[in-house]
Amino acid sequence: MLEHYLSLATKSIFVENMALAFFLGMCSFLACSKKVETALGLGLAVIFVLTVTTPLNQLLNDNVLAPGSLAWAGLPNVDLSFLTFLTLIGTIAASVQIVEMILDRYVPQLYNALGVFLPLIAVNCAILGASLFMVERDYTLGEATVFGLGSGIGWALAIVALAAIRERLKYSNVPEPLRGLGVAFILVGLMSLGFMAFSGIQL
Amino acid sequence: MMSKEREALLDPLFDNNPIGLQVLGICSALAVTTKMEVAFVMSMAVIAVTALSSVAVSSIRNYVPSSIRIIVQLTIIASLVIITDQILKAFVYDISKQLSVFVGLIITNCIVMGRAEAYAMQNPPKLAFIDGIGNGLGYGLVLMLVAFVRELFGSGKVFGITILQTVNEGGWYVPNGLMLLAPAAFFLIGGFIWVVRSYKPEQVEEDFSVGALFEPGYEVHLR
Repeated sequence: MLEHYLSLATKSIFVENMALAFFLGMCSFLACSKKVETALGLGLAVIFVLTVTTPLNQLLNDNVLAPGSLAWAGLPNVDLSFLTFLTLIGTIAASVQIVEMILDRYVPQLYNALGVFLPLIAVNCAILGASLFMVERDYTLGEATVFGLGSGIGWALAIVALAAIRERLKYSNVPEPLRGLGVAFILVGLMSLGFMAFSGIQL
Repeated sequence: MMSKEREALLDPLFDNNPIGLQVLGICSALAVTTKMEVAFVMSMAVIAVTALSSVAVSSIRNYVPSSIRIIVQLTIIASLVIITDQILKAFVYDISKQLSVFVGLIITNCIVMGRAEAYAMQNPPKLAFIDGIGNGLGYGLVLMLVAFVRELFGSGKVFGITILQTVNEGGWYVPNGLMLLAPAAFFLIGGFIWVVRSYKPEQVEEDFSVGALFEPGYEVHLR
């Protein structure tokens, strides 16, 4: 059992990296990767939110949305799966809001570090993407938690690495039209090439 | 009046391309471009959602309090994406399977949200509709370009029709496997931006347009 979770975690961190293999969360991935400090903050916030929302959405999906899942309420024939998108994004937006308020109230230090990033995360595709993958692959609650945590760590790892490279890149002479976004894309391409080495790992 | 509508339609295609200049909606641009057919369906879906959500947001723009506008926009967009998803599942099931989660991810595609927030909230429905179509087309244009290169060199085909006969099928062309993998998409978009900005040097940004919003305490970009 533990082995299964470990392999799922390794897979979601390295082999199926959210940013580098599935291109998820690219907008903030490119926009917030100019400084390691900023990247680290955003990365931590993504880990946090993914770990909270993926299991939450799994519970919702299993008990309300999936076909036949309303049997506990005496409605075994009801299929609400067409509401999946709306529910998932609603849950994400709401839980981000709640997490923000709780942090503000009880852990102000953490709120000061992550606060500015939390509202942006509601519309980060990596968060919704993880929930959609979870629905598509029928993860259990435990698997969903591990998957959420793993994908978050993978995404954070990628953005911090990219930010570190881009900090060094400031001192190099990049062709004028390629500066900024262009060279960032090529860098991400090279990183993605590097991460592909993990895909040979048998789990 | 005519010229204003024309501008709303044509400006996002080249001068103000949502992917090239505005850095919006990149996630899906990369993931669905291994085959032109899939990219085409995805572009159509994004054009439809962007145009319709712009109209919807624009027509209720005077009645929505600004404090809840984001959640209202999200609800409208999510509903439209649900409809799109159902239509795709009904008529092009195979392609909708290949698109997998990326149809759902149109909800968080920044182009849709960005146009709703930046344009539809200030303009009448007709203009907003045209602007939505224009931005959808600008996105589709880049998507089709990338998909064309990836499919042609990755599997020797265009829209599923064999152009370069591959070795496996008895031809002469050795397919470039890298083209079908994730990194190629990054390189191609990077190259695309390079080409566009060489022709239009004014597009070289001092800082990311989106990045400026994201960064806490706007920082000056060291160049």
